[in-house]
Amino acid sequence: MRWFRRRTFSHGIHPPDHKAETAALPIRRLPFPEQLVVPLNQHIGRPAVPLVHKGQEVVRGEPIARADGFLSVPVHAPATGRVRDIRPMPTARDRLTPCILIDVYEAATQEVLWHYPWQPEEMDRQALVQAVQEMGLVGLGGAAFPSHVKLSVPEEKPAHTLVVNGCECEPYLSCDHRVMVEQPRDLLRGVRYALRATGAKRAIIGIEDNKPDAIALLRELAAQEPDIEVEAVETKYPQGSEKMLIRSLLGLEVPAGGIPLDIGVVVNNVGTLAMLGALLPKGEALTERVVSVTGPGVKRPGNYRVPLGTPIGFVLEEVGYEGEACDFVLGGPMMGPSVSDLRTPITKGSSGLLVLDEPAVRQESRPVWPCIKCGRCVNACPMHLNPAMLGQLAAAGEYDRMAEKYHLADCFECGSCSWICPSNIPLVQQFRVAKQWLRDQAERKQREAQPATADPQPAEEPGKEARAA
Amino acid sequence: MSDKARIELRPTPHIHAPQDVVTIMRNVVLACLPLAGWAVWQYGLSALLLGITVVASCLLTERLFGRAETLRDWSAVITGLLLFLTLPPGFPLWMGAVAGFVAIGLGKMLFGGLGMNVFNPALVGRAFVQAAFPVAITTWTPAFFEGRFTSFIPSTLALPFTIPPETAQWAGSVVVDAFTGATPLALAKFEQSLAPTRDLFLGTTAGSAGESSALLVLACGLYLAVRKMLDWRIPVSVLAGAAITATLFHLLDPVHHPDAGFMLFSGGLMLGAWFMATDMVGSPVTPLGVVIYGLLIGAVTVVIRLFGGLTEGVMYAILLGNAATPLIDQFTQPRVFGERRS
Repeated sequence: MRWFRRRTFSHGIHPPDHKAETAALPIRRLPFPEQLVVPLNQHIGRPAVPLVHKGQEVVRGEPIARADGFLSVPVHAPATGRVRDIRPMPTARDRLTPCILIDVYEAATQEVLWHYPWQPEEMDRQALVQAVQEMGLVGLGGAAFPSHVKLSVPEEKPAHTLVVNGCECEPYLSCDHRVMVEQPRDLLRGVRYALRATGAKRAIIGIEDNKPDAIALLRELAAQEPDIEVEAVETKYPQGSEKMLIRSLLGLEVPAGGIPLDIGVVVNNVGTLAMLGALLPKGEALTERVVSVTGPGVKRPGNYRVPLGTPIGFVLEEVGYEGEACDFVLGGPMMGPSVSDLRTPITKGSSGLLVLDEPAVRQESRPVWPCIKCGRCVNACPMHLNPAMLGQLAAAGEYDRMAEKYHLADCFECGSCSWICPSNIPLVQQFRVAKQWLRDQAERKQREAQPATADPQPAEEPGKEARAA
Repeated sequence: MSDKARIELRPTPHIHAPQDVVTIMRNVVLACLPLAGWAVWQYGLSALLLGITVVASCLLTERLFGRAETLRDWSAVITGLLLFLTLPPGFPLWMGAVAGFVAIGLGKMLFGGLGMNVFNPALVGRAFVQAAFPVAITTWTPAFFEGRFTSFIPSTLALPFTIPPETAQWAGSVVVDAFTGATPLALAKFEQSLAPTRDLFLGTTAGSAGESSALLVLACGLYLAVRKMLDWRIPVSVLAGAAITATLFHLLDPVHHPDAGFMLFSGGLMLGAWFMATDMVGSPVTPLGVVIYGLLIGAVTVVIRLFGGLTEGVMYAILLGNAATPLIDQFTQPRVFGERRS
C-alpha cells in the first residue's frame, strides 16, 4: 500500500529555492564565443586522449579526443573552427587541466556537421551502451559520471527499476525543470533507451512537487506507457541525491558504501536522458548543455543552451553582469564549487552558473561561533550521521576516529549540516579536509607496502556519483 | 566587466540558514523577559534590583574571563536572567552577585566558554549559593505585598558578608493573611497540605522569582518552541517523566505523595523543563538521547521531591542530566543510512 507513505526521506533541509527567477523562462541559446576551452576530463574517470593536433580544422560534433578505456568518454568539438593549442588551463575541477583550445570560425553554424551512423531501433543492449559512450554522455545533473557505465548492467546483478531523477533539489537551478517542460518527448524516448540498455522492467520519474507543470505534462504523455510512472516527491534538499530519491520512491536503502545497483536500481538524471533521447536518433554527440545562469548578480537570469567549453566570462557578458566582489559558483549553491578564474569553461557537469554579488556574499560571511550542540545538524543529515560530533573530532584532528566510529565515508558532502548550523561552522569543509587527509594517508601506506608496482591512476573516489542533482 | 571583478573563493554550501546563534540567544532573552517582568510585578523593587545585579554580575564576569566579543552573543544575559528567576525575591543583592560570578566563572568560563560547559551555568551558580547560603536561599517572601514598589524586602540590602536580617516578622506585618513562609512544595512535603493547582498554574503562590506562574512559563516556552529555538521534545519528556513517576507514587500512597497535576505545576519544574533542561549545550544531540535525558530529569525531580532532604529537586535533576549527556549521546548514536542493524 504505497500511497499511505509520503514519498520522501527522513531529515534534510528546506532552503529557500529561488527558482522563480528562471523557472518560467524558456531556454535560450547563447552564441559561440571567440575561443572555446574544452577540457579533456569533463567526466569522472580517465581523461580523454586528444585525437587532433595544433592547427587542425574541426567541425561541430566531430570527436576531438577518444575515451581512454571503459571508465572514460570521448570529447567532441562544440563548434566548427581551428585547434589553437592543447595546454593546461584552469577548470572547475582542478587548477590546471589539459584542454583543447578551439578558435571558433566567425559565423560558424549551429548545425552539427558530424554524425554517427546509429540506428537506435536496431540496437541491442551492448550496442546502446557503446553508442552512449561514443556520444560522450555523462550525468548532466552535476556528477558527470559516464552514463554508459551506469547503463551497463552486469548479468549477475540485474536491475529491476530505472529511477529517473527530476528532483533538481539544488536552490536556484531550473535547467532540468525547463528540459522536462520543453523536451518531454525527448525525455521519454531517452527513458525507453535506458530501459532497453539496462533491462529494467519499469521506470519511475521522480519529480519534486514544486514542479507541478512538469509532473502533469509527463504524467499525461506517459499515460500510454505502462512501464513508465511519474511520481511527485516532497520538495526537500537533498531529495535529488540518488540514495535519498531511491528511499523516497521505493522505500529501499542503498547499503552503506554501496551503489544503487546493489539493490537492483539504476538512477539517471532527467537532463541526461532527455539529451540521450534527443541525440541518439540524430547520430549526434554531446556538444552543448542547458545551464541555469542565475543569482542576485545576474541581470538577465535564465536557462541558456551553452556550447561546452564556453568560458564563464563570456556567459556573464551575454547575460549582463556588473559587480565587484563576487562568488562565482559552477553548479548549485549547496554543492557547486567556486571558480577562481573567469576563463573557466562550462563543462558537461555544469548545471548552473550562480553569481552571488557583493551584498549576497557579505550576508553569507558571518562570524563563526563555538558549537552550542543544538543538534540541528544531526536532524538535518540525510545520511543520519552526527555532524556535531564529526566537527568536534575534525577540530581536534582525530580524523581516524571520524572514519572508524562516526562513518565519515558515508558523508556525500550535501552541505545540509553547514547550511543549518547556527554557529556557521564550516562542517562540510572540515569533513573534506579529513577525507583528503585519510586518502593521502592510505595512499602513502600503499606506496610503502608495495613500492615497485606501477599504478599511475589513483583509485576513483567512491560515492562521488552520489552527488545531489 | 571582468577586470574589476574581485573573485571570492568560498567553501560549499554558499548559502546558510538565516537563524544564527545570536538570533537564538536574543530570542531566549526575549522569552525570559515576561517571566522576569512577572517576578517584578509580584515582588516589586527588590526583585528588579536583584535581576539587574545578577545579570550585571554575569556580564562582568564574562568580560573578566573572556574577550569582549563573547559578550555580544547574549548567552551571559540568558544565564543571568535564568539564575535570577531561580532565586528567592528577597535574596540579598551581594549574594546574587556572588551567584552570578560563580555561574559564569565556574560554570562556563572555566570549561572554555560558550559551548564548552558541561553543566547549565545558571544552575551551577544556584547550586553554589544553595550550599553557601542555605538560609537565605530558602527564605520566601509573600507575593503582592503592599508597598512593594516603594520599599525593599529587608534582606535585599544586607551588607556583603553579613547575615541578612530575619524577614518573618516583616512578612507578618505586610500581609493581612497569615503568611506561612513556606512554598507549596514545602507545605506538601512536611504538612501534606496541597495548594490548589489553579493557584499554582496562575502563579499567585510563594516561591522563587520566576517559578511561580506555570502558565507564563508555558507561554514563553511555547513561543521558543514554535520558532524552533528550543527542542520541544525536551520539556515534553521532562514533564512526561515527572508525571509518570508522580502518578506511580501517588497510586502507591495517595496521602503522602501528591498527584501528577500538583507535581507538574509546582516549584521550578516548568521553568526547569522549558528553560534550563533545554540549554542546548548541556543536552544530548541525538533524537533518542533528548527523550531519555528528559525522562531522566523528570523522574529524578520527583524522586528528590518525595524522598530527598530538599523540597525541590529540579536543579539537581537537571545537573545530573547534564552530567549524563555525553554518555547518553554515546549510546544513542543514530543508525546510519544504509547500515544494517546488527
